[in-house]
Amino acid sequence: MPSGASGATVILLILAGLAAIAAVPHARGAPPVIRIEKPGQCVEPAALMRRDHMKLILHQRDQTMLRGIRTSKHSLKNCIDCHASPKTNSVLGKEGFCESCHAYAAVQMDCFECHSPSPRAAARVEGAAR
Amino acid sequence: MSLDRRSFLGLGAAALAGVAITPGLRLIELVQARSPEEAASALRRWGLLIDTARCTDCEVCVTACHTENGITGHGRPATDAQWIRKVTLSDKRTGHAQTLPLMCQHCEHPPCVDVCPTGASFKRADGIVLVDKHTCIGCRYCVMACPYGARSFIHETVTGQKPDVPRGKGTVESCTLCVHRIDRDGQPACVEACTTDGGKAMVFGDLNDGAGELHQRLRREPAIQLRADLALNTGVRYQGL
Repeated sequence: MPSGASGATVILLILAGLAAIAAVPHARGAPPVIRIEKPGQCVEPAALMRRDHMKLILHQRDQTMLRGIRTSKHSLKNCIDCHASPKTNSVLGKEGFCESCHAYAAVQMDCFECHSPSPRAAARVEGAAR
Repeated sequence: MSLDRRSFLGLGAAALAGVAITPGLRLIELVQARSPEEAASALRRWGLLIDTARCTDCEVCVTACHTENGITGHGRPATDAQWIRKVTLSDKRTGHAQTLPLMCQHCEHPPCVDVCPTGASFKRADGIVLVDKHTCIGCRYCVMACPYGARSFIHETVTGQKPDVPRGKGTVESCTLCVHRIDRDGQPACVEACTTDGGKAMVFGDLNDGAGELHQRLRREPAIQLRADLALNTGVRYQGL
C-alpha cells in the first residue's frame, strides 16, 4: 500500500536523523568556558556555588537593599570583582564567566539589565597589580 | 563577700566621684559607626539642611550627583532622569530671586510608599526612602504621588552603570541620599561637592544626634520643611526661604 510505504520511509528517515545527531559530539552546543581568573577558594564550596549561587545572591540582595547590610561575601559585586575577565573587564560576553554558562544552560539572567558587569575601580586596580 | 552599709555607701561615693572627674565617660554610648554586618538602625534619621542664602548660582551638586550615580541623559530634559535639580524662585513683585537644590525629601510619611502597589517604594529604618528596583513594575504611581516631583521613570535602556548604583529601564528612581556612601560612613556626593566647590550651603547628618552639626543648627536656627502643610515630616530642611 502506498501510504504504508511512505510511513515506513518517514520512520526510517527519522531514525537516520537521530543516528546522525548522536554521532556528532556536543550536540547540545559548545560547552561553557569556565575560566577562573583568580584561582583559589570561592566564598563557598564550588559544588554549592554551582547549584545554589542564585539563592545566595537573592538573599544578600534583600539584606542589602532593604536593611543596608553590605557584607561582601555573597554580594553580586564580590562575584564580579573576582570573576570578571581581565581582557573584557566583564563577566558578560561569549567567554564571560556568567554569560557563557548561562547561554549553555539556556537560563536568562536579568542581573545585568541594571547591574554593572564590570568590577569596581578598586578591585580593578588590585587585579592589575597582581 | 558581704558589704556593710557604711562601706557600700563609701564605694558608691567613690564611683560617683569617678564619674564626676571623667566627664567624657558615657555610661550609654551614642550610636556608633555601623559595621557592614549591621542593619540600618531606626535610632538614626538621616537628613539635610540647605541654607538658600549660601546657595549660589552654581550646579556643582547636580554635577556631583550625576557623576556619583552614573546618571547620563539623552539630551531630552522632559524624560531624562533627574535626581536633584536646581530650582529658582523669584518674587514677581520685587524680582527677588533665590535658587535652591531640590531632591527627594526623604519624608517620614512618604506618599510614594503609600501608593506603591508592590512594596518596591519603601523607607529604610534610618529614614532613607528608596526604590527596590527588583520589585518595581514601573507603574509610576509614586511619580504622581510625590509632591516634590522628585522621582524619574527610566524610559530607555541604561548602559555604563556604576557598580554601586544599579539602574535600569522600566523602573522608577530618585535620590538615594547616596545610600552606598552613607553605609560606608560617607556623606552624599552633593553635600561633599557643595562643601568643597560650592557655597557650603548643605549640611548632612543625623536628625536624632543631639551632638551633630545638623541637629545643633536646627535647634538654634529657624528652618522649614517644603510643603509642611502636608505633614510629611521631611528629612530635608531649608533655611532662608
